[in-house]
Amino acid sequence: MTGNSRDTVSGDFGLSIEEPLIFEQDSPGALGVDWPEADIGADRLGGLARSGPVGLPSLAEPTVVRHYTRLSQKNYGIDTGLFPLGSCTMKHNPRLNERMARLPGFADIHPLQPESTVQGALALCREVQRWLSVLTGMPGVALTPGAGAHGELCGMMAIRAALDAGGAANADRRRVLVPDSAHGTNPATAAALGFEVVSIPEDGRGRVDPERFEALAGEGGVAAVMLTNPNTCGVFENDIRRIADAVHEAGGYFYCDGANFNAIVGRVRPGDLGVDAMHINLHKTFSTPHGGGGPGSGPVVFSDALAPYAPVPRIVEEDGALRLEEANGRAFGRMKAFHGQMGMFVRALAYMMSHGADGLRQVSGDAVLNANYLLRKLEDVYSAPFAHSGPAMHEALFDDRALRDTGVSTLDIAKAMIDEGLHPMTVYFPLVVHGAMLVEPTETETRASLDRFIAIMRGLAERAKDGAPLTEAPFHAPRRRLDETQAARKPVLRWQAEG
Amino acid sequence: MRYLPITGADRSEMLQAVGAPSVDALFSDVPEDALLAEPVDLPRHAGEFEVEQRLSRLAARNRAAGAGPFFCGAGSYRHHIPASVDYLIQRGEFLTSYTPYQPEIAQGTLQYLFEFQSQVCLLTGMEVANASMYDGATAAAEAVMMANRVTRRGKAVVSGNLHPHYRDTAATLARFQGFTLEAGPPAPAGGEDLASRIDGETSCVVVQYPDLFGNIRDFSELAEAAHAKGALLVVVVTEIVALGALRPPGEMGADIVAAEGQSIGNAMNFGGPHLGLFAARTRHMRQMPGRLCGETVDADGRRGYVLTLATREQHIRRERATSNICTNSGLCSLAFTIHLTLLGETGLRRLAALNHAGAVSLVRRLGERVVTPHFFNEFTVRLDGDAAEAVERLAGEGIIAGVPVSRLHPGAGLDDLLLVAVTETVGADDIEALAEALS
Repeated sequence: MTGNSRDTVSGDFGLSIEEPLIFEQDSPGALGVDWPEADIGADRLGGLARSGPVGLPSLAEPTVVRHYTRLSQKNYGIDTGLFPLGSCTMKHNPRLNERMARLPGFADIHPLQPESTVQGALALCREVQRWLSVLTGMPGVALTPGAGAHGELCGMMAIRAALDAGGAANADRRRVLVPDSAHGTNPATAAALGFEVVSIPEDGRGRVDPERFEALAGEGGVAAVMLTNPNTCGVFENDIRRIADAVHEAGGYFYCDGANFNAIVGRVRPGDLGVDAMHINLHKTFSTPHGGGGPGSGPVVFSDALAPYAPVPRIVEEDGALRLEEANGRAFGRMKAFHGQMGMFVRALAYMMSHGADGLRQVSGDAVLNANYLLRKLEDVYSAPFAHSGPAMHEALFDDRALRDTGVSTLDIAKAMIDEGLHPMTVYFPLVVHGAMLVEPTETETRASLDRFIAIMRGLAERAKDGAPLTEAPFHAPRRRLDETQAARKPVLRWQAEG
Repeated sequence: MRYLPITGADRSEMLQAVGAPSVDALFSDVPEDALLAEPVDLPRHAGEFEVEQRLSRLAARNRAAGAGPFFCGAGSYRHHIPASVDYLIQRGEFLTSYTPYQPEIAQGTLQYLFEFQSQVCLLTGMEVANASMYDGATAAAEAVMMANRVTRRGKAVVSGNLHPHYRDTAATLARFQGFTLEAGPPAPAGGEDLASRIDGETSCVVVQYPDLFGNIRDFSELAEAAHAKGALLVVVVTEIVALGALRPPGEMGADIVAAEGQSIGNAMNFGGPHLGLFAARTRHMRQMPGRLCGETVDADGRRGYVLTLATREQHIRRERATSNICTNSGLCSLAFTIHLTLLGETGLRRLAALNHAGAVSLVRRLGERVVTPHFFNEFTVRLDGDAAEAVERLAGEGIIAGVPVSRLHPGAGLDDLLLVAVTETVGADDIEALAEALS
């Protein structure tokens, strides 16, 4: 026996029940779905019928329901508690949105059935475009990208297409300026499109130094800047207009990573700041569920300069009817099959309609207030490198200076939070501060929940100084720390029958 | 506002703690003239009933597939989804969880991803599968890029019978990444010669199985021809239920399988979200895009699961990542794996057989106008006139007859062709209705 209190007959305790793989519960003869045997007669498979079994296990419905219920109980979700993952905006996911997305008129329609039979769906897409356009102050909206990083790809392809349209003069524009604090997807996206990534160092205030930026932009060959604003250091880039002017003067475009749009939604329009393209993570700001890692949705808003290059399909109105435009001479191409993440559009629109212009303004206000509150209540025990660079936006950034000489790391604090019933914050990101802890409470937490978080975090800092065994946490989660080295060194990526 | 719990009293006290006179004062770093003084010009907040009413009105303006005979396919299929699937994926611990970067409290997600990857391997006959991609089209585009990395070549030979949206998604990346995509013209009756187009520059051959027109063929010889020239075979599957009845691509020598998994567990949703499946050979594992879940042990020696081989990914490698991909289709992969677990070996085989039986029965009724010799649950019919017009006319009569080829191949001279899919949700009376309407 190892661990603590695991002294039951079964090894399980209370609601913490071990659950084998479905393959280990195979019960040949059991059925989870009652389909009849088909009477085909001669098949038309041209000799390509499967010759042997697929190898899938057989389980009856009660076993299946219990299996996934037990698995779900090993997960932490927003429904469970505070989920302060910085730059991920884990806010409440209203169930109304789920109900709306499941209306047969939205869920049970085919992307290629006659356009005359899906006018409501096309109108809904247009309505989502209208909300996003008004909220961002940007005229063009491409709906199709399937996630945030996919939106980045879309935005940067539009920039490349616009530069290419400028002819030979732009052929050498290959440099994309990216701050060190950026999400990894920014440099990965730029590199994937053949751009050369030039990193912009952080200036000591958690921001881009405008003079340094102007110098870099002045070196020529600039295609674009990719800037997150509010940035991942948790502050607003107050020189954003100078940065926008500098990149435009250099002949490049301004791509804004919209991951942190929640901090400014309803109060600031990126279009007023000189942005040319920005993706919007509907699963962040507009609360479509993260679902354990997707599906996401990453519409991109464009300035007048870039809107003509947006990908197909586009929704156009003709003779009072909406239709899908599948070809357009200036469109740079296509992002994925069909017309975008419709199921996510329904959820996001339900969310936007529920909040309205007034509610969305309160969203950003409360999100920012909550983050500042946490920052002020914790900065005396956890060091906050940019606490005096101006008000925090919707997240509070700490480094690990306060943990120095305790033997406890950022990771240990994160794992100790698990034992306290919290999901950890984002750790070791952004890369510009040592042992980063990026805390984003969002606007959907109560004051009591924030105060509980503060009390726990202060307590953990104390315990770290007192030499508590945090380096071994968690003790009370479904699993202790997992051996990631073994997983990578000897990858076992699937179940296989023994023998 | 029902989703916002901070009260006026909370706000005053918190502002005091923060040392700010107002919420607006917290935005002092924003250029003053860019700060909106008033809410933007959009409607004000609305109660749940009002939102429900307005969205229901929009939904009512769409003709749901369940309202009558329905035969659309071409990459999105209407299959029955058991009630327990939709219930289970809406459990909050699944629905509202994040990517499982903290494995100690995400074993639920990680274990089902491990089971999902195992199921995808079994279905496709491949050795390793990832935790899913955005959709089939992006999976196919990533497959081409992976083949380019593996072979260090830059030319993909693409079947003319690959779904045009898939082709265009890959072609868009090709345009910006500087690789070549050589796509042939569509061949509705099949029989393309792809082997002769492979040369020493070819990174991969991309085929679809069943193809856009419904044709199925054995790609074993093509695989050999590709391998002989050092190229990979990429097999795209847009109707994954087919692999319950057909020989899997892995048995034909495929190196990468990129598929659309929507058919199992997921509604059509007007085309999204769908579910990209991606499977390959173990020897190319480290060149794969996307998230991978692997088995390991915890500090107490108990079996557990983690995301692994992350050194391929953007959050570690930044500009040197194998792909910029940062997400999968988590909840769609959960729906897929639950539905496939319910189906099991027998259920999947029966489901596939029912699909094929329905298609065979309609093909028998339509006779010689069917141009697809061998098929699974979808085939191509040649009509006397314009297929798009016929579809529009029949929609007026309550029958959604299928997808006109001109919708996907406009101006290709294929305007009289109609793609017809028959799944288990199509009844004998539906088949009769369409056969009658087309006669």
